[in-house]
Amino acid sequence: MKQVGVLALQGDFAAHGAAIERAGARAVFVRDREQFAQIDGLVIPGGESTTMLKLLHYDNLMEPLAAFGREKPVFGTCAGAILIARNVFHPTQESLGLMDIGVERNAYGRQIDSRVVEIAVEPEFESRTAPGKLEAVFIRAPIIRRVGPSAHVLAEYRGDPVLVEEGRHLVATFHPELTSDPRVHALFLEKL
Amino acid sequence: MFQFSSEQFRVKVGLAEMLKGGVIMDVTNADQAKIAEDAGASAVMALERVPADIRKEGGVARMANIAVIEKIMATVTIPVMAKARIGHFVEARILESLGVDYIDESEVLTPADEENHIDKGPFKVPFVCGARNLGEALRRIAEGAAMIRTKGEAGSGNIVEAVRHIRTIIKQMKQLTVLGKEEMVHQAKELQAPLELVEWVAEHGKLPVPNFSAGGIATPADAALVMQLGAEAVFVGSGIFKSSDPAARANAVVQAAKNYLDPEKLLAASRALGDAMPGLDISKLPESELLQTRGW
Repeated sequence: MKQVGVLALQGDFAAHGAAIERAGARAVFVRDREQFAQIDGLVIPGGESTTMLKLLHYDNLMEPLAAFGREKPVFGTCAGAILIARNVFHPTQESLGLMDIGVERNAYGRQIDSRVVEIAVEPEFESRTAPGKLEAVFIRAPIIRRVGPSAHVLAEYRGDPVLVEEGRHLVATFHPELTSDPRVHALFLEKL
Repeated sequence: MFQFSSEQFRVKVGLAEMLKGGVIMDVTNADQAKIAEDAGASAVMALERVPADIRKEGGVARMANIAVIEKIMATVTIPVMAKARIGHFVEARILESLGVDYIDESEVLTPADEENHIDKGPFKVPFVCGARNLGEALRRIAEGAAMIRTKGEAGSGNIVEAVRHIRTIIKQMKQLTVLGKEEMVHQAKELQAPLELVEWVAEHGKLPVPNFSAGGIATPADAALVMQLGAEAVFVGSGIFKSSDPAARANAVVQAAKNYLDPEKLLAASRALGDAMPGLDISKLPESELLQTRGW
């Protein structure tokens, strides 16, 4: 069975672990660089991207994480998407640059602007997983403002990309781990 | 009756999910908020005075000055919480209009209503409330709280009450899971909590909202202790900014919450810290000075 690491410094890593197991792989909570050798892919969960960045630096995990991403699939949701992006603004923040996308933080506003919505998905997403709309939970979510030429949009909300892949990597600005729909995690497992 | 599946409730609980494994720090101004954010806090709690000062100075403790909260919100990008007095739904509406990310209906402030807590369900902003036992936690959830924290004894620098409260809540939940369905009505009566919520806990063995700990956490070891006992994140009030080196202590508590199961890393986090805040012996405090008995 494939082993999927979930970066467990802070945030909803437990929810991702459960979602990975529901989608049919084994979840491993990653806190040390030695663990990267044992996993086939990595999830960077939701949480606070500023906080995670500080914790990654404190544990000297930025470089091992970027190196892992140069070879293996990484999936980020919300804060994780911010860390994976090439450019981060509002305010400008350092990131891993694993995908050629530009992300604006807290772009919908504050917590009172958080929401749960049904979103349409691209037919390609449905054909690779299963048909049907996606329920998207947005919590103080970022907006993907720029998508590079080799990145690929799988779902949009109000005209903005919310589920994007580029090669082996995948990002969602919403939280599929907070719903019972396993399709987004299943899509990521296909990349392993 | 309890709309766990409603969009609004899920969004409220969703933010609490994002704060798990982290540390929420009390701050009284923007400079402190910046120190907290730089140290790796996952959110800050804006208040007028930290609990240790409220305890010392007395008087009525209210919602923080709006200008101060606004400045904190403009200074950090992590979520900003603020405290409202128990039952003071107008303070809560004002904080909601201001756009704070979470409201703590807190026993640390002077209660505005000695019988009723705020009806939190209709608000768009989520609420966290303190609890000493499972019944109190479930009453707050029934009113719409989307996060529970232990009350502990705020401003005491003494972990004993937070330990008592988290142990009590966890033990009472475990007990429910082994009882029969026919025993639930009696349990609801004993706990003074709604039957539906008691049944939900009996089935799932946990609260329907995240369960954090607060009240007396002063050291990295304190934070790891309540996490090992079952708390999913911690609030640190006076413990940071009443210590001799707030930035170092803030960082150490963050590291402890993250590595709460790893003694080597806890040792590293506990090194090279200045003095912790002075602590109080709870048993020497007169009943009238306890903050945890506010609310019910």
